[in-house]
Amino acid sequence: MLPSVLQPLAGGQSVLTAPAGGPMTVRELLDAVAADYVVLGRRLRDETGALRRFVNIYVGGDEVRRLKGLETEVQPGQEVLVIQSVAGG
Amino acid sequence: MVPMATAAKFLLAIGTKKGLWLATSKDRREWSLTGPHFLMSEIPSIGLDTRDGRTRIMVGISSPHWGSTVAHSDDLGATWTEPERGAITFPGDTGAALERVWQIYPDADSRPGVVWAGAQPISVWRSTDGGEHFELNRGLWDHPHRSEWGAGYGGAAAHSIVVHPDGETVHVAMSTGGVYRSLDGGTSWEPRNHGISAYFMPDPNPEFGQCVHKIAADAATDGRLYAQNHHGVYRTDDNADTWTSIAGGLPADFGFVMLAHPRRAGTAWVIPLKADGERIPPDGKLAVHRTDDAGETWTRFSAGLPEREYNSVLRDAAAVDAAEPAGVYFGTRGGSVYASADEGGTFMEVASHLPDVLCVRAAVVAGA
Repeated sequence: MLPSVLQPLAGGQSVLTAPAGGPMTVRELLDAVAADYVVLGRRLRDETGALRRFVNIYVGGDEVRRLKGLETEVQPGQEVLVIQSVAGG
Repeated sequence: MVPMATAAKFLLAIGTKKGLWLATSKDRREWSLTGPHFLMSEIPSIGLDTRDGRTRIMVGISSPHWGSTVAHSDDLGATWTEPERGAITFPGDTGAALERVWQIYPDADSRPGVVWAGAQPISVWRSTDGGEHFELNRGLWDHPHRSEWGAGYGGAAAHSIVVHPDGETVHVAMSTGGVYRSLDGGTSWEPRNHGISAYFMPDPNPEFGQCVHKIAADAATDGRLYAQNHHGVYRTDDNADTWTSIAGGLPADFGFVMLAHPRRAGTAWVIPLKADGERIPPDGKLAVHRTDDAGETWTRFSAGLPEREYNSVLRDAAAVDAAEPAGVYFGTRGGSVYASADEGGTFMEVASHLPDVLCVRAAVVAGA
């Protein structure tokens, strides 16, 4: 699920689905998203592949930085949330 | 110089901490303002490219959430294009990621399509397709001094690029690191800071490490450049081999801005600030200072500026246009933007209460 500010970069969609024959990592999921939506991919990760500082990804209700980062596993059918930090001024 | 008979409009682009505003005018006195474009993204750099019979606006866009890139518009901001894979992306072997684009510099008329960029982390980039895709300058990226360059308050960046019409001589200024010069079009680089103080370092006269805030080239005197340093205003007449102080006559030798006249020898502008304990116009009185003799003497101009102003003016928040007489523009961190149609003699307020002004650029544009 994408925040509204990013939805224009995914053709207006709020939910993207990725085919999965089994568990996949968040990195693989983001690779799949970036292959279809290149600019969206650059918004979420920098060119080294690192998740941008104020981009938070939740799997099973936990932010992936508190799990295994981009190596966190996503099960088929599981929901992944992209939420931006509310930092700013 | 742009012939006035065929010039339809002046364009002033204002990059702020929360978006881009565009102002247009037929006479540089009455301005029409549109914006914001890219609301909630910082616009720290703007390039106005009027070569080749078109007007291309290029903007560096930075979002703390979504990263940095460069977008461009060929219709005065009606529509914008962001190259899908990013105009500036670090090659994988560098292990680096773009943090901010500090400078967008269209090259000489004789090299249409060539645009330079300076970025954070400290890096210089060159495009040959009008700013749509840039290539990293490896000579500077692989420079052995890199590990000793530092970060100013705003970050570690190459913020000034000056390319000689010959295309071979290129000066870059970085904070902190100082001035570097290439004589082979950017293949190799040497520090050129002799005479510029770095009072904040153990050795106040190092080969490099200075915090040069901005450099500008004298358009009509070969080998002459001006520099506004972190304390100190300097001139070189030998292509940056040596620098001498031209701060005498200024109320403060600190500031961020350095502008050179687009055609006339010896004319440059600074906007002094008191520092380091303060970072405000001296005594809260904002003024632009102009020299017409390459820094031997300075004249203070404040007509049209507010009686009291406590905001500073950042290094790229000032610009000149190419008209005759030259226009001078600047914006404050308080969101006011001022324009002068008479080389600084008198100013008028173009905009007020905008977010912090990070960058302004002005040009005479045809049509529109």
